[in-house]
Amino acid sequence: MTISVWPDNKPLDVAAIRDLPEGERAEQLKLVAKQVRRLVVQMIDIARAGHIGGDLSVTDALVTAAFGVLNISPETADDPGRDRLILSKGHCAAALYSVLALRGFFPVDDLETFMKPLSKLNGHPNRLKVKGVEANTGPLGHGLPIGVGSAVASKLSGKNWQTFVFTGDGELQEGSNWEAAMTAAHRKLDNLVVIVDRNRLQQGARTEDTASLDPLADKWASFGWEVAEIDGNDTAALLKAFTQNRNGKPLAVIANTLKGKGVSFIEDRVEWHHKVPSKEQVELALKELA
Amino acid sequence: MNAHSSVSNETFDCRVAFSEKLIALAEADPRIVAVCNDSVGSSNLNAFRDRFPDRLINVGIAEQNMVGVAAGLANGGFIPFVCAAGPFLSGRATEQVKADVAYSNYGIVLCAMSPGMAYGELGPTHHSIEDLSWMRAIDNLDVLVPADPEQTKAAMDWAVKSGRPIYMRVGRHKVPSVTPADRDVAFTFGKIDVTGDGSDVALVATGTLVSRALEAQAILAAEGILARVLNVSTIKPIDAETIIKAAKETKGLVVAEEGVLEGGLGAAVSMTLSENHPAKAKFLGVTSFAPTGSNDFLLEHFGLTAKGIADAARKLVG
Ligand SMILES: Cc1ncc(C[n+]2csc(CCOP(=O)(O)OP(=O)(O)O)c2C)c(N)n1
Repeated sequence: MTISVWPDNKPLDVAAIRDLPEGERAEQLKLVAKQVRRLVVQMIDIARAGHIGGDLSVTDALVTAAFGVLNISPETADDPGRDRLILSKGHCAAALYSVLALRGFFPVDDLETFMKPLSKLNGHPNRLKVKGVEANTGPLGHGLPIGVGSAVASKLSGKNWQTFVFTGDGELQEGSNWEAAMTAAHRKLDNLVVIVDRNRLQQGARTEDTASLDPLADKWASFGWEVAEIDGNDTAALLKAFTQNRNGKPLAVIANTLKGKGVSFIEDRVEWHHKVPSKEQVELALKELA
Repeated sequence: MNAHSSVSNETFDCRVAFSEKLIALAEADPRIVAVCNDSVGSSNLNAFRDRFPDRLINVGIAEQNMVGVAAGLANGGFIPFVCAAGPFLSGRATEQVKADVAYSNYGIVLCAMSPGMAYGELGPTHHSIEDLSWMRAIDNLDVLVPADPEQTKAAMDWAVKSGRPIYMRVGRHKVPSVTPADRDVAFTFGKIDVTGDGSDVALVATGTLVSRALEAQAILAAEGILARVLNVSTIKPIDAETIIKAAKETKGLVVAEEGVLEGGLGAAVSMTLSENHPAKAKFLGVTSFAPTGSNDFLLEHFGLTAKGIADAARKLVG
């Protein structure tokens, strides 16, 4: 089996997207997001494993940050001043790998090795194996503290990069996030953005039936963060939030999303946290994402 | 089971045994509760939840909180079975295990689900290979590694009866039964179960490695090398007597575990030997962060197989 990407084999010039005017940028980002979703479905099909629900919900936010806003490229991968994208919800490595492959960090064909013996594409990302990965996540609640450290380093070094951290919503039940949230606000880290993939589902149930998070925007605001609550599957809304005025504070983007977004029979269903689609379901999914 | 026959191909699920036993224990004793971290499915607690909805406390994805909550429940007269994936239970909540469970001397059963490299290709963050070292280092905490479903159930009986602070591994992948048919109980706290009386080499194993050691015993027997297999299902306190006896009656020991070598079963055996009866030994375990691969692939990768154990044994006695 081989991974297919871009309809009619006509790749977008992804490196150019960041320089487009905002409206056009949002439209192109939508196309990239669709490709990422197609890659995710194919990777999980080949590996017969993965976390499809969370991959599909976080895709638009990841794509918007990586291709629309941040200075992230293979050419600048070792540049000390590069922007940092940290996927704290590391179980969604397939989405991150797809983004990195489309951005040219490694060949798209390598995605076929996802979770295969000795592959660099482990089930959770490893910065020592894959350029573009900034943090070895997997245990939930690690990304934000690392992000805070990165944001402090950015200021201390005077290099002024941006740090974007993507967390799950269930993940916010880990206390480490709130410890980091306090540090970030205390230190006025206006170069730090946390994107909460608010799909309202965790591994075994709805967040609000497990350990409720609402009112989530108020929580971040009370911790001293600037807050934007938006449609997290809308690239235009994401672009706007990522570039909004932060008033000297760290910014929390509550990205309201659908877990499994883009594939009707996966959307908003708890059992699709890490279920693997059958061959027929893969075909259906790719049709819906055509 | 015959000492020199290989283990049966039929395999059994420790998590199913765990789930059934937990429900049976809870039926008999209203003090028993389950505490988990968004791990109802992965800990096989669905049936428990349906039967005792009020007695399942799912705190969400919050392991430090989970173990602290268990201590509070124990303080309030309950017997918590804390059920979470091994890496996060032993790693994330280590200090709670030390201060709130062991130092506070609460009867809490910390059930480390899917231990060792059971999570295969999910990678080192999800491998629980340091847990035996970390947990052994904590005073007043018993550390159990049942090797099959019968042992799992018997260990749970013991846990409730003893009222002790306990850390217990619960395997994810199906395993052959390693409990000899003639045993009255599948698990005796603090006692190593010995299969065979071979005088060439002692194969000392725990958990998933026990069935592999039994296979190695058969491989070696075919070559005329006589081995005995020590199934260590209580890692702490260690059964020094049986280890010393094996050292005295054989030419050496091969120790195998699905975990790191620094501080686990091998370290316990090593200290026992050097203080009492220095002997030749070879230690097999997980020697680095694993590459990507399935559980079976990785066991193979680190030589944690019947062949790996037999090879080490041959070198020792040869
Ligand atoms: C510390 C820790 N505890 C438990 C897990 C197991 N786990 C993996 S994903 C997951 C659910 C995550 O839910 P959420 O953060 O909402 O992510 P999403 O629904 O977007 O996939 C859990 C409990 C883990 N990876 N790390």
